[in-house]
Amino acid sequence: MAVIELENVAYSYGGGELLSDISLRLQPGSFHFLTGPSGAGKTTLLKLCYGALIPTAGHARLFDTDVRTLERDDVALMRRRIGVVHQDCQFLDHLSVADNIALPLAVSGRDTLNEVANLRELMGWVGLKSRADALPPELSGGERQRAALARAVIMSPDVILADEPTGNVDWDMSQRLMRLLIELNRMGKTIMIATHDLALIRAAKSHVQARVLRISNRRIQLAGADL
Amino acid sequence: MVPPTGFTAWLTLFSAGAMAFLAVFAMALSLATDRLADRWGEELARSSTLRISAPQGQIQAQTEAALRVLETTPGIASARALSDDEQRTLLEPWFGPDLPVERLPIPRLIEIIEDGDGFDAEGLRLRLAAEAPGAVLDDHTRWRRPLVKAASRLRLLGWLALVLIGGAMAAMITLAANAALAANAQVITVLRLVGAQDAYIAQAFVRRFTLRGLLGATVGTVAGCLATLTLPSTDIAGGFLTGLGFVGWHWLWPLLIPVMAAAVAFLSTRAAARRTLRSMS
Repeated sequence: MAVIELENVAYSYGGGELLSDISLRLQPGSFHFLTGPSGAGKTTLLKLCYGALIPTAGHARLFDTDVRTLERDDVALMRRRIGVVHQDCQFLDHLSVADNIALPLAVSGRDTLNEVANLRELMGWVGLKSRADALPPELSGGERQRAALARAVIMSPDVILADEPTGNVDWDMSQRLMRLLIELNRMGKTIMIATHDLALIRAAKSHVQARVLRISNRRIQLAGADL
Repeated sequence: MVPPTGFTAWLTLFSAGAMAFLAVFAMALSLATDRLADRWGEELARSSTLRISAPQGQIQAQTEAALRVLETTPGIASARALSDDEQRTLLEPWFGPDLPVERLPIPRLIEIIEDGDGFDAEGLRLRLAAEAPGAVLDDHTRWRRPLVKAASRLRLLGWLALVLIGGAMAAMITLAANAALAANAQVITVLRLVGAQDAYIAQAFVRRFTLRGLLGATVGTVAGCLATLTLPSTDIAGGFLTGLGFVGWHWLWPLLIPVMAAAVAFLSTRAAARRTLRSMS
């Protein structure tokens, strides 16, 4: 069973069709790159994959459930199984980094006090142990991305979707983030990363078996040997 | 989860406080008119008086005849002639304690206690005219009926004012909650991104506004109670306005105001949050 499946999906916005006839299956434990020029619809496709958008045609299934049959609260429950890393991270700036990372635990009703050890371990894993009490605006671009990644994985989701996670960081930091994502994939997580950084994809492919999908002319296709 | 927003916080605190302050007075007005209506109502039910004014030798006979008439009159629970001592006590404020009532041509008074809807005064007057021509029915309390009615209406207005105050507070808190929800659209987006359900997000706002409503209303209620204490106490004449306030266990009533304010804040914020979250989907 695919964890996320798009079947002949189209998405229109403002009268124009942004994506057309998209079919995609994310198998458990798979690693995908999604690439394409800016404005091609990578972010839209990711949003379709975590139920933030409903296709205007076709079917989007999350864990074998059509998103059209889901109530808003059901989508929220699905999100706990899908970690999302945004390019702009989307933190609550009045909460500390640790509280932001623990946010998914809090909203799911889990006692964050019981998760302190896990949280500390996770912050150590992304190299932010010393920044736990800082506020998000005090973090550098790389630290913000790592914090966003930590927040995305704290619920131990089955799938991690990352939208340009290395967009605002230098090469070394982007490599460090990629290593974290590859490590998560080795733990069995399904990963899909939207990026226009082909060099990053090439570098990652030497460490992980990944499918590279390209959005071009509203459709998705398997990228060729040019990568 | 939700960052404190000064504008809506102060708006909620102020409106809850001001409304609670006004609610204390509306409640005091209702309770004062309640007491007034009860007092006048009791007096109305208690006292009609028959005065026997006749030549000295006929007073006793006419008194007995009038009592017989009263005993057979529907709507009268009891009737009795006042003793000399009682009449002396009644006259004492004007003539002093040593008035020789028995030697003066003072009319005999009969106290009438009504029951149920009272008696037919006109019918009674006609019967008394035949049996005891010196009897004058003085149903002096009947002029109080419209006053009791007015007091009841005033009490109703007091409770209506409380309802309107509650409604106005709900409207203001709803506006403040809407403003807070709009100002925190990004927070809501993030919470949804990490898997928060609508009930969780709404709860964050509801809890905050309920506590603000409770706090503001508590301060307003305390201020209102202190203000009622500064009003002049009931004077000897039993003046109505000077009787505005709380008496005895009625002081417990204002305790309900903060609780009701919190309930209003809870319900209005929850409705606003649900509506806004639905529109943001």
